[in-house]
Amino acid sequence: MTLLALDWILMLEKLILIAIIVFASLGIALYTTFSERKVAAVLQDRPGPNRAGPMGLLQPLADGLKLIMKEEIIPNSASKGLFILGPAMAMTAALMTCAVIPWSSSVELFGRKIDLQIADINIGILYVFGVVSMGVYGIMIGGWASNNKFSLMAALRGASQAISYELAMGLALIAVLMISGSLSLKTIVDQQMAPGAWWNIVYQPLGFILFFVCAMAECNRTPFDLPEAENELNMGYHQEYSSMKLGFYLFAEYVNMIMSSAVMASLYFGGYDVPFLDESTLAPNIAAIIGVLSLLTKIVIFLFLFMWIRWTIPRFRYDQLMNLGWKSLIPLALVNMLATGAVILWQQG
Amino acid sequence: MQALTNRAKEVSREPMTFMERLYLPNIVKGMAITFSHIFKKQPTIQYPEQKREFSPVFRGLHVLNRDAEGRENCTACGLCAVACPAEAITMEAAERMPGEEHLYREEKYAAKYEINMLRCIFCGLCEEACPKDAIYLSETFAPANFTRKGFIYGKNDLLIPNKNTAPEEYAAARGAARV
Repeated sequence: MTLLALDWILMLEKLILIAIIVFASLGIALYTTFSERKVAAVLQDRPGPNRAGPMGLLQPLADGLKLIMKEEIIPNSASKGLFILGPAMAMTAALMTCAVIPWSSSVELFGRKIDLQIADINIGILYVFGVVSMGVYGIMIGGWASNNKFSLMAALRGASQAISYELAMGLALIAVLMISGSLSLKTIVDQQMAPGAWWNIVYQPLGFILFFVCAMAECNRTPFDLPEAENELNMGYHQEYSSMKLGFYLFAEYVNMIMSSAVMASLYFGGYDVPFLDESTLAPNIAAIIGVLSLLTKIVIFLFLFMWIRWTIPRFRYDQLMNLGWKSLIPLALVNMLATGAVILWQQG
Repeated sequence: MQALTNRAKEVSREPMTFMERLYLPNIVKGMAITFSHIFKKQPTIQYPEQKREFSPVFRGLHVLNRDAEGRENCTACGLCAVACPAEAITMEAAERMPGEEHLYREEKYAAKYEINMLRCIFCGLCEEACPKDAIYLSETFAPANFTRKGFIYGKNDLLIPNKNTAPEEYAAARGAARV
């Protein structure tokens, strides 16, 4: 079935995969908001939301419905087009990351081998970085278009924070890339999956810590949530936003968390690899399902870690944030990179 | 500078030590503390279903009391209104007519007795001032209302049901009240 020199079934297959992954990410994000509240509550000796539905499980639906039903307010002095573009960009950038994440090995359905990855491009991780840096435009545009000094200040903070921490993040990543020799996430995961191979966390413990800290800063999570510092900037960049536009911003944060968890799991924790299990001995479909579950478990653990940290540590002061980024993380990442390079050179003889 | 209390602590302005500048050890310590709270008992009371026991001296909404024969105790002497620091109580007295002896205990009674629950501070001074044991504070507290007018409680709202003619309502009111 080849028309216009296109494999239409492949197109269909990819479209279905995109739909599944996007909706699954949104669904998980919806319930991440719920678990965020539950985790916060449990860490603070409270029961948390427990009224809507059994154990409060319908709470995210109620929250979503509330956000949709709210009045949509666009301030008179706001720049209308940009005001709408801001949350749209934040959300799009957050969701676009999922295109290159290998969710599992391939399944065989109807005689076709279907990769559970939307696009295995050979510059996968570079694409992730490109898209993540675009996420800061959502914050920038939203803060600027609101025509509110607090929003603008928050947007500037967000931009400078993202730029500072992306540097250290990239440098930490380079060390991983030196080990794997590939930018494709699939290849990086496959290398960690190979029998006898260790996960990258074993070779790059410092690199992982740096990457994790920077990922937290990129997601604007506490202790790096300066762009939405409630007590100094009112609400930060989304102060003037209401209704679903606000919802998009809040949602984008959670989608970002999920995506960065997935990236971290793929880079350092073997992606969809199950430790001490040789997947190649299993039937491909079963291996794929186990792989998805394994990756999801890793993502959930990371999400819990994000929340746990959020409800433990207070926010950094702005100068502390910059000091940490430029004076600690970047030098450490450089040292890590040099040490990794030296070891690789030494091993090659 | 002389501190006003001996509880003041001077802020340490010393630069952070190397371990503190690493942040991570202290962060891990903090996270261990929050993690230990997962296993702690939650003190939460699921309010409408569970209710906390009130202390025996709790002061809630007022009730106007009756005597053993179901007659109103209040004689509209006005001492409660005088004692009230919030000036929440107003009343109008009336004389008991022949044939009303089963309704009112003494020759004078309150034809109108109103407490403005928005003004009331629930101090219980009316209860202390009353020479006839006619007013008591119950354990019911601050029900909601849509209008301010609804918070002005008249005799209908305050008077405890008659024990002899309406025993069920009386028992229900006693359950909530502490007379």
